[in-house]
Amino acid sequence: MNDIGWIDAVLTAARPQAMGALLRYFRDLDTAEEAFQEACLRALRTWPQNGPPRDAAAWLIFVGRNAAMDDVRRRAKQVALPDEAAISDLDDAESEMADRLDGEHYRDDILRLLFICCHPELPATQQIALALRIVCGLSVRQIARAFLVGEAAMEQRITRAKARIADAGMAFETPGAPERAERLTTVSAMIYLVFNEGYSARGDEAKTRATLAGEGIWLVRLLLRVFPQEPEVMGLAALMLLQQARAGARFDADGAIILLEHQDRRLWDDKRIAEGLALIDKAMRHRRPGPYQVQAAIAALHARAERPEDTDWAQIDLLYANLERLQPSPVVTLNRAVAVNKVRGPEAALEMIEPLGPKLSSYFYFHGVKGALLQQLDRRAEARAAFDRAIALANTPAEAAHIRRHLDHLNKASA
Amino acid sequence: MLYAILCYNSEAAVGSWSKEYHDETMAKLRVVNDKLARQGRLGPVARLLPTTAATTLRKGREQLVIDGPFAETKEQLLGFYIIDCVSLDAAIETAKELAVANPGTGSYEIRPVAELNDHRLAIERKPAA
Repeated sequence: MNDIGWIDAVLTAARPQAMGALLRYFRDLDTAEEAFQEACLRALRTWPQNGPPRDAAAWLIFVGRNAAMDDVRRRAKQVALPDEAAISDLDDAESEMADRLDGEHYRDDILRLLFICCHPELPATQQIALALRIVCGLSVRQIARAFLVGEAAMEQRITRAKARIADAGMAFETPGAPERAERLTTVSAMIYLVFNEGYSARGDEAKTRATLAGEGIWLVRLLLRVFPQEPEVMGLAALMLLQQARAGARFDADGAIILLEHQDRRLWDDKRIAEGLALIDKAMRHRRPGPYQVQAAIAALHARAERPEDTDWAQIDLLYANLERLQPSPVVTLNRAVAVNKVRGPEAALEMIEPLGPKLSSYFYFHGVKGALLQQLDRRAEARAAFDRAIALANTPAEAAHIRRHLDHLNKASA
Repeated sequence: MLYAILCYNSEAAVGSWSKEYHDETMAKLRVVNDKLARQGRLGPVARLLPTTAATTLRKGREQLVIDGPFAETKEQLLGFYIIDCVSLDAAIETAKELAVANPGTGSYEIRPVAELNDHRLAIERKPAA
């Protein structure tokens, strides 16, 4: 029988809580990781015969802590205290220990574990790599593969990131409400980075990097289980699920981008959409809007439209106006212009994006959208100039190819 | 006699299944389902979304809407089967078959059904792509 499958899943699921508690005990990431590793090895030895413990996380914390303490004592050349007996007699110890495991700590333990990955001095890619290693438990090889770099280079990157965290020191006191809210915001942003690293990948890379989008969703579900009543966490989870639901429809067989309105909506993932819609509905009942909720609400309007022409663009325009207020950014305005084009036409949309020119002059999408609007207005020479600029700024061959198709269309129309 | 087999497990653990393990387990469960269906013993089957998607209404003088499941537990209700069994032993047999197909942690609660109103929903499924 395939025991490894479910044991792996139980260990992965228990990892954040166990690692978080071990980190609180030992205040050192490497010691916590070694302790957890040792506990996992013992689980793999004993669970197939004895069956799983009632509370896997508590078991792993207990076994890991004892193993690490033995190790520390051995290194200090002291006589081992009779903790071995407790380990070999887990059946009795387990239930008592599970009760002792301070339940109220676990939210902050998990939040701390996520939070240390978000150290502001760490570049985004290192934050992501660290979260994948420490929280998700991916191997260095898996992470290296997802980032398309060599294993040795990734190992070095993670080691360096850990050293930086150790130098910076960690806050172990229980956070107050304002600190907790701040940590939640920082951690949410990091989780969205993990997701986007996978979601924004294109073509051949998309397959390799799909892992990252999946781990992002795994992380946001973890955060949501720990903070089930935070509307912005619900919004973030909804946003990621609704976006990921379209993954199977976003590229054609050659890896070319398929825009939302041309996607085969039957390829969208119903289950993810259902979960995303459920979460955004729940979030909006709180009447505490935030940027993730608004973005999720926009994604939800797309998901609810059975055909592209059913899309409620007027509502999307309003939501983008909200987002502009909550999180002013030229990119948000650019996105709003796409909705405005549908509701009020290309002239109004063009008027909206003209002032963005100086800020977005080197942004691929700006010139792509501008070209498309000019094309609609039949201002062909200007459209061609905008598309040329977009191609020059394209980040991937797929992006360039996408704009080239517009240009071909334009040339055909002028011929 | 109709029995409900209620499936409890840690949703964090099930949510951490690898794709391969998920597909393999679902295929094994489908074999059990298909056998029950062929015997005409399989009623409605539901798999629920995670409890993070759940909302709870607490009754009382003041109705209270709460995010999440009605109780925080180590294992969550993840889904259920309604099956027709000649005896409790037969129902336990079926639960054991499910447990062999889907081993590891979790439990199956076997509850006799008092009443079943099997109204059909007008659900339009999208045609498979």
